[in-house]
Parts: sequence; structure tokens; C-alpha cells
Amino acid sequence: MLLLSCPWCGDRSEQEFACGGEAHIVRPLAPEDLDDRAWGDYVFMRRNEKGLHFERWRHVHGCGRWFNVARNTVTHEILAIYQVGDDRPELPE
Amino acid sequence: MTSLRHQPLAHLALAARREPPVADAGVTLRALPYRPSIILRGESGDAGFVAAFRAGMGFELPLDPNRISSHDGVTALWLGPSEWLILGAMGPAGQGRLATALTGHHHAIINNGDGQQIIALSGPRARDVLGKLCPLDLESPDLAPGHCARSILARCSILLHPQPDGAYHIHVGRSFADYAWRLLADAGLTYGVAVASGD
Repeated sequence: MLLLSCPWCGDRSEQEFACGGEAHIVRPLAPEDLDDRAWGDYVFMRRNEKGLHFERWRHVHGCGRWFNVARNTVTHEILAIYQVGDDRPELPE
Repeated sequence: MTSLRHQPLAHLALAARREPPVADAGVTLRALPYRPSIILRGESGDAGFVAAFRAGMGFELPLDPNRISSHDGVTALWLGPSEWLILGAMGPAGQGRLATALTGHHHAIINNGDGQQIIALSGPRARDVLGKLCPLDLESPDLAPGHCARSILARCSILLHPQPDGAYHIHVGRSFADYAWRLLADAGLTYGVAVASGD
């Protein structure tokens, strides 16, 4: 069980959250200009990293807000928690 | 005229089970009667909205996470950075007063109707019973009276509202009321459960 620190509510159990998958996927500005492969990449293709992963979480049974988490998918270590819209944080190696 | 509003826990016939508080009961469960409430939406960062609320209602909207403020029978509970639950005096007149106060500011007033049931959990072992079902750190100063928290009770979403006397008011959606009541009654068996009058 993870202990996630909601940017508003503080430390809460993983049970209160829903994971929203990979973060920083930007919707194409002109989707009508994309071919099927590029659109498919946007909709379906994910990095599925082993190790450092930037992902979205929502405090669904709490304040209801979305935020971003940098998590190591091997150790489950939470490396950073930051707001939606912020750039990926600098993390020490 | 008799109210036709159906109480979410009516089928449990709690009135027939009401007993005088038992001396050795560890917890007392009580289904609180319906009270009008609303959800208020607006932006914490909108100074005009916050000031209009203060001017119209006579108290500050809580802007810090999971805090409560109240005045003159009306209580505002922080649910999110743009969302509050307003309890007490929120019938048509109260809603009208709030809507008038906020006119011209970006906001939404959403009537909860009778969509919520409040279960009061009290008694010396109330915290132990709740602790079996809810992942919150109930001993944290963040859950002292004056605070509130949305969380879960086993598999259902709740709003937890700690009371000054050590009791907890647990808000659940009406379709989860039966589930929440039965879970709490079961979790309390170890300590003895009394069922109190709803009023």
C-alpha cells in the first residue's frame, strides 16, 4: 500500500486515490492534420517504463483533484509530487 | 401534512430498536434526520467571491484544506479548493440569501436534496470502531474538531466530520447508507453497540 501526499490534503492512503496513467501526454493542437499512426500513438501508446515513471493521480475519495507523481515502478518510491501543468521536476540520480 | 420523504435507513426499523443508552455500550449509532444542505462551488483564489460570501453569510469561508467554519447555525466544510458543503439553514430561504450574496461572482449552488445520510458514531470506542474501516490517521491533529476529511469507509466514500464531544458524523450517499450502517454495527460488536434515537 502506498502513502501518497495529496498537494491539498496531505498524507493519505492509496485506497483514496485513483491512478490516471502516464502524465505529460499533450493532446495534439490540430488532430485533423494527423495521420492514423500519429493519432494512434497519441491515444494508445504509452512508455510503460521500468523505473522512473511520471504519472497522474486523482484524490477521488478526497478533494477530487488531479496531481502528478514521479514514482519508481520497481521500488514504489515516490520521488516527487507536483501540480498538473508543471514541468517534470529535476530529480537527483 | 406528513412528509413523504423516504428515509434511507427506514427499512432497518431503527425506531423499534431504540434503547436507552446502555452503560457498557462501547459505541452508539444514530441515524440523523434529514437536514437541507448544499454544495457551493467557487474559486478559493477569487477574492471577490470570498469577500461576497463573508459579507452575505457573516463568516469566513474556510480556505485551508479540510477545515470548517461556522456561524449562527450555518457550517461550511472544505471539500476541495473550489468546493464546500454548507450545512444548516440551507432551505429555500437560506439558499436564496446565499445566491443573493454571491450575485455577480462566478459560483454554483447545488442542492443536495436528500441525497445524503448522516450517521452519528459516538461513545468511548467510537475511534476504535472507525479505525477498523477507515484508513485516515484518526489521532492526527488534522482530524481534531474544526477539521473534516473526505475518505472511505471500507468500500464507500464518506465525509468525516469530527464533533467536539468526540463523536463522528459520517456523511454517506443515501444508497450507501445501509452498507455503512451495517458495517459500523458489525465493527462495533466487540465493544457493544447501542442504537439511539435519530433526533
